[in-house]
Amino acid sequence: MGYEAGQYDVIVVGAGHAGCEAALAAARMGCDTLLLTINLDMVAFMPCNPSIGGPAKGHVVREIDALGGEMGRNIDKTFIQMRMLNTGKGPAVHALRAQADKFSYQHMMKKTIEETENLTLRQGMVDELIVEDGRCVGVVTKTGAAYRAKAVVLTTGTYLRGKIIMGELMYESGPNNQQPSVKLSENLRSLGFELVRFKTGTPPRVHKDTIDFDKMEIQPGDPNPKFFSYETESSDNEQLPCWLTYTSEETHQIINENLHRAPMFSGQIEGTGPRYCPSIEDKIVRFADKPKHQIFLEPEGKHTSEYYVQGLSTSMPEDVQLRMLRSIPGMEKVEMMRNGYAIEYDAIVPTQLWPSLETKRLPGLFTAGQINGTSGYEEAAGQGIMAGINAARSVQGKEPIVLKRSQAYIGVLIDDLVTKGTNEPYRLLTSRAEYRLLLRHDNADLRLTEIGYEIGLISEERYNKFLRKKHLVEEEIERLRTTKVRPEEAAAMLESLSSAPLSNSVDALSLLRRPEVTYAHLETIVPSPLPLSEEMKEQVEIQIKYAGYIEKQLQQVERLAKMENKRIPADIDYMDVHGLASEAKQKLSNIRPLSIGQASRISGVTPADISILLVYLEHYNRVTAARG
Amino acid sequence: MRGPRSFTAEDVVEIGAHGGVVAVKRVLETLLAQDGIRLAEPGEFTKRAFLNGRIDLMQAEAVIDLIRSKSDRAFAVAMKQAEGTLSKRIRELRQSLIELLAHVEVNIDYPEHDVAEMTNAYIRERCGKAVEEIEKLLKTAKEGKILREGIVTAIVGRPNVGKSSLLNALTRENKAIVTDIPGTTRDIIEEYVTINGIPLRLLDTAGIRETTDVVERIGVERSRSALEEADLILFVLNGSEPLHEDELELLGKLKDRRMIVIVNKSDLPQQIELEPIKAIVPEESIVRMSVKAEQGLDDLEGAISALFFEGQLESHDLTYVSNVRHITLLKQAQQSLRDAIEATEAGIPIDIIQIDIRNAWEQLGELIGDAVGESLIDQIFSQFCLGK
Repeated sequence: MGYEAGQYDVIVVGAGHAGCEAALAAARMGCDTLLLTINLDMVAFMPCNPSIGGPAKGHVVREIDALGGEMGRNIDKTFIQMRMLNTGKGPAVHALRAQADKFSYQHMMKKTIEETENLTLRQGMVDELIVEDGRCVGVVTKTGAAYRAKAVVLTTGTYLRGKIIMGELMYESGPNNQQPSVKLSENLRSLGFELVRFKTGTPPRVHKDTIDFDKMEIQPGDPNPKFFSYETESSDNEQLPCWLTYTSEETHQIINENLHRAPMFSGQIEGTGPRYCPSIEDKIVRFADKPKHQIFLEPEGKHTSEYYVQGLSTSMPEDVQLRMLRSIPGMEKVEMMRNGYAIEYDAIVPTQLWPSLETKRLPGLFTAGQINGTSGYEEAAGQGIMAGINAARSVQGKEPIVLKRSQAYIGVLIDDLVTKGTNEPYRLLTSRAEYRLLLRHDNADLRLTEIGYEIGLISEERYNKFLRKKHLVEEEIERLRTTKVRPEEAAAMLESLSSAPLSNSVDALSLLRRPEVTYAHLETIVPSPLPLSEEMKEQVEIQIKYAGYIEKQLQQVERLAKMENKRIPADIDYMDVHGLASEAKQKLSNIRPLSIGQASRISGVTPADISILLVYLEHYNRVTAARG
Repeated sequence: MRGPRSFTAEDVVEIGAHGGVVAVKRVLETLLAQDGIRLAEPGEFTKRAFLNGRIDLMQAEAVIDLIRSKSDRAFAVAMKQAEGTLSKRIRELRQSLIELLAHVEVNIDYPEHDVAEMTNAYIRERCGKAVEEIEKLLKTAKEGKILREGIVTAIVGRPNVGKSSLLNALTRENKAIVTDIPGTTRDIIEEYVTINGIPLRLLDTAGIRETTDVVERIGVERSRSALEEADLILFVLNGSEPLHEDELELLGKLKDRRMIVIVNKSDLPQQIELEPIKAIVPEESIVRMSVKAEQGLDDLEGAISALFFEGQLESHDLTYVSNVRHITLLKQAQQSLRDAIEATEAGIPIDIIQIDIRNAWEQLGELIGDAVGESLIDQIFSQFCLGK
C-alpha cells in the first residue's frame, strides 16, 4: 500500500512554532522543502497562552528576526497588545511582550508558508523514518506515502505519545484534543534514541461576557508600542487590555479539599513537569503560606470571546475546575468554555544532539522544539530556525552554524540542551546567560544580522539598511567623543536635573555617562546633524552609558575565547586518554563536545580533567600533523 | 630567565625570598594583589613545558599522574575543610547572597509577578551584612596565621633579669621543637613554644643564650631586625632591683609595639618602681612572674591573648581562614560587594548591580570548591512561586 510520494531536499515534520521556522528557513535558503503536519488547521497554533515574548523569550524572538526568521514579523502583524517590560531596569533586560490574536497569528503564518517559494505544505501523520546506510533519508506517513529527502527535521511538540490527563480522566491525545503521534515515538525508540517523559499543562478558557471586569485591575498595552521585527516600522493594530485578579481563600480551600482527585498527587502523572509553570494545585501545596495567587485574564483574539486564565493551569477534574474559577473575584458567574488539562509526551534526551541540532545517532535527522525537552513557543522557534538553517546547510554541503553563548540566547539555549541536558521542560531565563549585558534586546540585529545575511535569509535591502544604522551609530558616538561642551552650555540642563555643574569643558560623551543625563537631554545642547532614528539614538545612549560594564563582559568573553575556539576532533577516544577520571571519560564519550569550552561546561568534568585533555589534544594534533 | 631556555620555555621571573613561611607569604600576597597575576594551577608549569615542546609525552604523562593526584589531594583537603566551620560560614554567606540573587532574578525574569520589588536599600542592606561577615572571616585569617605560624616573639632585657630562665622554662615545659628550617639564615634559630595553647615563635634565642646583654646590643643590626620582625616583645625586668635607665629608654622606644612587660623574680622582695612603666605600657600588659617558682604563666597567657585576640581566643577547633588563595578570594568577594553597594548609590540598574553580587557569590564558591551550575535557577524556583 506504500507509494513513493516525492523527493525533497528537506522535510520538516510538524508545523508548530519550531516547524514553521525550520521549513521557512530551509526553503528560503533554496532547499526544496516539504512541511508535514497532522492537521492543516493547526499551523502555528498556540495551544497554551496567547502571548509571545517577555524576558529572554522576547530576546529570542528578536534574534530569530535578526537571522531572517518569521516569528517577529508574524506577531507584529497580529498582536492585540504590546508591552515593554522591565523598563525600570537596565537595557539588557528590557523585554517586549505581545498578546497575540491567536487565530490571526495562525492564519498569517499559514499564508506566509503557502506563499513561500520552494515550500510545500501538506497534511499527513509521519509514522516512521526511512533509514538507509545509517542516514535518515525520508519519512513514511500513516497513509503510506514515502517522502524522500537529504535531511529531515522533527518538530513533534507534545504530540509524541501524547496523553491528556484531567482528574480521573486520561486519554491518548495531542494538545487541544488533536490526534497524538504514537508510532513515530516507537520508531525513534527502536532506532536507539533515548526518550524521556515530560509533562506540561494549560489553564481553562472562559467566556468574556461572563466576567465582571469591574472587580479586576486593568492591564493596558503601551501607548506607543515597539515591535519585535526590525522590519516593522509602524502598526495600526488596535490594542486590547488584560485584566488582573487573584485567587481567594475559597479557591485554595476547594483545591485542598479535592487534592485526592488531582492527578499530580494521585500518582497518575509519570512525566516530569516544569518547576516554573506549576499547576495551581502544585503552587498551593508547595507555597501553602501564600494567601493568594495572581490571575491574569488575557483575550485570545479580536474575534472571539474566549479568555485565557493565566495562573490557573490545572489538571483537576472538570467540575472542580469550574468551582475554582467561580471562587475568583470577578468570575463568580463565569462560564468555562474549555477546561484546563495536563499533557504528557515523549521527548528525546537532548544530549543525543550535536550543537547543530543534528542527531549523533542518525546523520540527516535534526530535531527542534519540545521534542528536545524545551517549553515555550519562542524556545521552539529559536531551535526551529537553527535546525532549518543547518539542515539546509548540510544538504548544501556547508558547515553548520552554531551560535555562541556570548552571541545569542539561542546559543545559550542550544548549548545548555546539548551539553547539560535537562531533567524538566527547559525554559529560557535571562539568568541562564552569563553575558546578559551583551545579549540585549536592542542589539540583536547588531549581533546576528551579519550571519542572517551570509546564510541568505536577510535580503540585500535589509542588510544595507542595517549597515547604515550601524554606521550612523558609530559616527554619532565618535561625534560625541569629539564634541566639547562648555560649562555655560550645559548649566541650565544640568541644573534642571540637579546634576553637578561643569567646572571645565568636557566632551559630550562623558556628560552622557552621568546616570541622570539621557541622550534626549544632551540633544538639547549639542543636537546631532546626522539623520538618526529613535532606535539609533537609543543604541548610542546604551553603548555609551554602559560602556564600562559592556567592556568587562567582552573581556570575559575574550578570556574564554581560546577555550571555545580549541576544537576537539570528532574521532577522539576518551577511554584512551590517560589520567582522565572515569566519570569524565564517560560523560565526554557520551556528549562528545566539539570544543574544550563545551567540554568544560559538562557537569562532572573538572578543571583537572580539562588540563589533561588539553595536554592529550596537543599531543594528538602533533601526531596527526606529523602523519600529514 | 628568558625563554626558551627556562623550564617552560617562556620568559620566567624567579623571586628569591628570605627563608621562612612569612616572607614567602608576604611576597605572594603582594604579587596576587596585582592585576593579571594568579596562582598556577596544579601541574601548570609542566603543562606549559610540554605544550611549548620542552618535555616529551612520557614526561608529560608522569606529570598528568601528578596533576591527578594533586587535584585529588586538593579535593581531600577541600573535603576536610568542608566539614569545618569555615566552610559552614562561607556556605551561609553564599546562601544569603543566592537568596538575594534569586530575588533580583525573579524581578527581572518575572516582572509582572507579585514578588516584592527589589530595592536598592535592600541590596545595600544584604551586601553590607555580607561585607561585614567577610571582614570577620578575614580577621580570623590573622588569628589563624598566628595559630599556625606562631606569634613571632622577641625576648629582651638586661643581663640577669631572667631571660634565659624564662626561655628555658618555656622550652622545657613545652618540649620545644628546635627547628632548623631549610633556607633560614643559619645563625638565627627559631624555637616554637606554646603557652596554654598559644604558639610563640621565639626569635633569636641563640642570641639570648649566647650573649648576655641584649639592651646593649640593641644597636647591633641583627637584634634590631629581630625586634622589628617581632609581633610581640616580651620585655623582662628584674622586680627585685630598681628600674634601670637603659630599660626605661628602650621601653619608650618600643611603646607603640605589642609588648608585655614581665616583672620577674616576684618571689623576691620587690624594689622596682612600676609607675614610670605604667606611664608607657597599659597596666594589663604588665605581668608579675616568678620564672623560678613557676608563677604567673597563666597571667602571661592572659595578657598575650588580650593583645592578639581581643581578649577571647575563639574555640580551638574552629577552622581559620589560612591560605593565601582563600584570603585573596575573600578580599575579591568583599570588593565585589562593595562595588555593588557603590553601584546602588550611583543609581545603576539592578541587573547590572547583579553582576557584582554574582561575582562575589562565585568567588566564594571557588573558595569552597562549589560548582556554579544550576543552583541559582534551583533557588529561584524554590524561593518563589511562579507559574502560568
